[in-house]
Amino acid sequence: MNKTVFRTCPTTGLKIDLSAQALIKANAVAAVVFLAIGGLFGLSVALTRWPAVHLLPADWFYLALTAHGLDVLLLWIIFFEIAVLYFASAILLNSRIAAPRWAWAAFVLMLVGGLVTNLAVLQGQSTVMFTSYPPMMAAQHFYLGLILFAVGALIGCGVFFGTLVIARDEKTYQGSIPLVTFGALTAAIIAVFTLASGAIILIPTWLWSMGLVSNIDPLMYKLVWWAMGHSSQQINVSAHVAIWYAIVAMLFGAKPLSEKVSRTAFLLYILFLQLAAAHHLMVEPGLSSEWKVFNTSYAMYLAVLGSMIHGLSVPGAMEAAQRARGFNNGVFQWLRKAPWGNPAFSGMFLSLVMFGFLGGISGVVMGTEQINIIMHNTLYVPGHFHGTVVAGTTLAFMAITYLLIPLVFQRQVMFPELARWQPYVFGLGVAGISLFMMGAGTLGVSRRHWDITFTAASFDYSYPPTALLMMALNGLSAIAAALGGLIYIVIVVASVFFGKAVRDKITLAAPSGQPISGAVASYGSAGTMRIPGTLVLVGVFFIAFVLYYFVNWKYLSEIWPMR
Amino acid sequence: MAITPPSARLWWNESVHRVELIWIAVAFVWGLVMFFMMIYWHATGAQNLATETYRTTPNAFYAKVERNVAEWQVRELNGVPVIKPPAGADIYLLGRMWLWYPVLELERGQSYRVHLSSLDLQHGFSLQPININVQVHPGYEHVLTVTPDKSGEYSIVCNEFCGLGHHMMLGKIFVVDR
Repeated sequence: MNKTVFRTCPTTGLKIDLSAQALIKANAVAAVVFLAIGGLFGLSVALTRWPAVHLLPADWFYLALTAHGLDVLLLWIIFFEIAVLYFASAILLNSRIAAPRWAWAAFVLMLVGGLVTNLAVLQGQSTVMFTSYPPMMAAQHFYLGLILFAVGALIGCGVFFGTLVIARDEKTYQGSIPLVTFGALTAAIIAVFTLASGAIILIPTWLWSMGLVSNIDPLMYKLVWWAMGHSSQQINVSAHVAIWYAIVAMLFGAKPLSEKVSRTAFLLYILFLQLAAAHHLMVEPGLSSEWKVFNTSYAMYLAVLGSMIHGLSVPGAMEAAQRARGFNNGVFQWLRKAPWGNPAFSGMFLSLVMFGFLGGISGVVMGTEQINIIMHNTLYVPGHFHGTVVAGTTLAFMAITYLLIPLVFQRQVMFPELARWQPYVFGLGVAGISLFMMGAGTLGVSRRHWDITFTAASFDYSYPPTALLMMALNGLSAIAAALGGLIYIVIVVASVFFGKAVRDKITLAAPSGQPISGAVASYGSAGTMRIPGTLVLVGVFFIAFVLYYFVNWKYLSEIWPMR
Repeated sequence: MAITPPSARLWWNESVHRVELIWIAVAFVWGLVMFFMMIYWHATGAQNLATETYRTTPNAFYAKVERNVAEWQVRELNGVPVIKPPAGADIYLLGRMWLWYPVLELERGQSYRVHLSSLDLQHGFSLQPININVQVHPGYEHVLTVTPDKSGEYSIVCNEFCGLGHHMMLGKIFVVDR
């Protein structure tokens, strides 16, 4: 067996296994490449939905929409998550990585799988949308590629678990694993459930596409497929919450307010998030209302509880740290004096706020059994998940990239002035995409629809003019988001390949004020519990949540009575 | 820090501060409110999705649709039959690539049992502009009892992708005053 080679990080003093570092680099680079491809497809979709532009012909629109979902929702996200898993295990635990050869095999399988499925889509015989609902059938290698990718990702999770075991056996750290690693562990456990569900449904569907299985029940498919499709979004949530904690720790030295509370919140994700397959079955035949109510609410909203806890404890940890570092005046000095020009911070904070307000609230409202009747399969759905997975997850991944480039790639971030603006340009664009699609969805506009003016249909219909305006604004927002995405990709590629090498210690920490001794009372893991600014933020969030929730019951009460 | 092991080895023994406990309690109670709101609406709300479902086949369902058309057709609209069923009737409405069939004419304030199914792929029954959305599966017959309470012309959009003609798939429901 090869001897593990380490280098010592000049900034953190951590021992870094060079094969772990190479694996992180490979997975992160693959992720960014698929983000570029998928983002381009996404832009073309948004420009087609803008009635005045209507860029693509129908067949290309549906093909591009299928590829967009595949490349960003699956490939960009999961490749980056594998990089995060290796970082949170081998690097943060000061350990060698388990079975690097298996990890490379996982990488190759994922890459081959991703390319095969992309090929199937581009050949034009697999325009079935990312969800590929039967009885609509894709080409055989569409499913095969997905299966290979899932197997690869599963092996990657295994390498992560193995690394945890090695680090524990070899005593590379004292006490319990860090909270960020715990969050990554949550993500990996959910990933195993997710990928197993994917295998359970995709393997029979693949056999069906070869004619070896006669029938795939469409309802059963949806239930199991979404145990993969929605649970994989919960991998994202766990991963990006872990990244929020990591960034506030690296920039502010923030400690969790309470290790116990934050870890319990992650545990709630493991226990309850998987029920969310039900979110996609609210208006389906053949399921009882009891089943729908229990599952859609994650058993009385216990997973939502987990997210609301993180919603207090992430900004709370930051506020406590900032106050201890001298920004202790008033309610919001800690936030005003935050490093808004540092893209790692601005990206992280925009991700936190937008995930809560745009993605979080809309998701709970839409997942309410009866309210789903006025939202199912309208553009409200993509509006919601662009708030979670793009404004939340993607922006958080972009934010941590600005720290990974100097620490793992050992390169300086190039074009620092552009980097300052990148999270704002991307964030603004994504906020627009999310809001305008939700607006259009509220007005009834269908998702996955090439021509919302119905020019070739057998009857006349047109959505309200406001809806068409929303789609134009959505197109403009998509241009902004694409620009932000392009800046990110240019910065990453340029820095990784041409950036100045980083050999010495660098300063990660944000500037601090005049520390005031005795200003903070000792408490728990954080050393302080004076967090009035955070309480104002969560108060505003809670009021917005409650109002928006009941407004939608009001909308529901105005449609035809039905039972 | 969150990227290092907890500073207190016995972190699970630390007490939780009141501020965090209050927020957890508020969030938990809000979850219960939202949970029981769904049940409350089942008891008192007028808009709940029916769960009455039967297994069917495209042929069997199509036969029932055709029987409806033979019995209640009143005219044609763009080549599609328009049927005017009596109040309380069982109406069979099908989705197929790429049409909702037939066109319905209903009376305001009357209740009808609408049976939905698909002859081929999944479709999305999306009634506009009031925005009622129900997924339609082949092989399953879903029975909704609806009571149109406003007269006017309504369109059924398909909002589940069903192939290259998906965006051409429309249907109509007319609600007339008695």
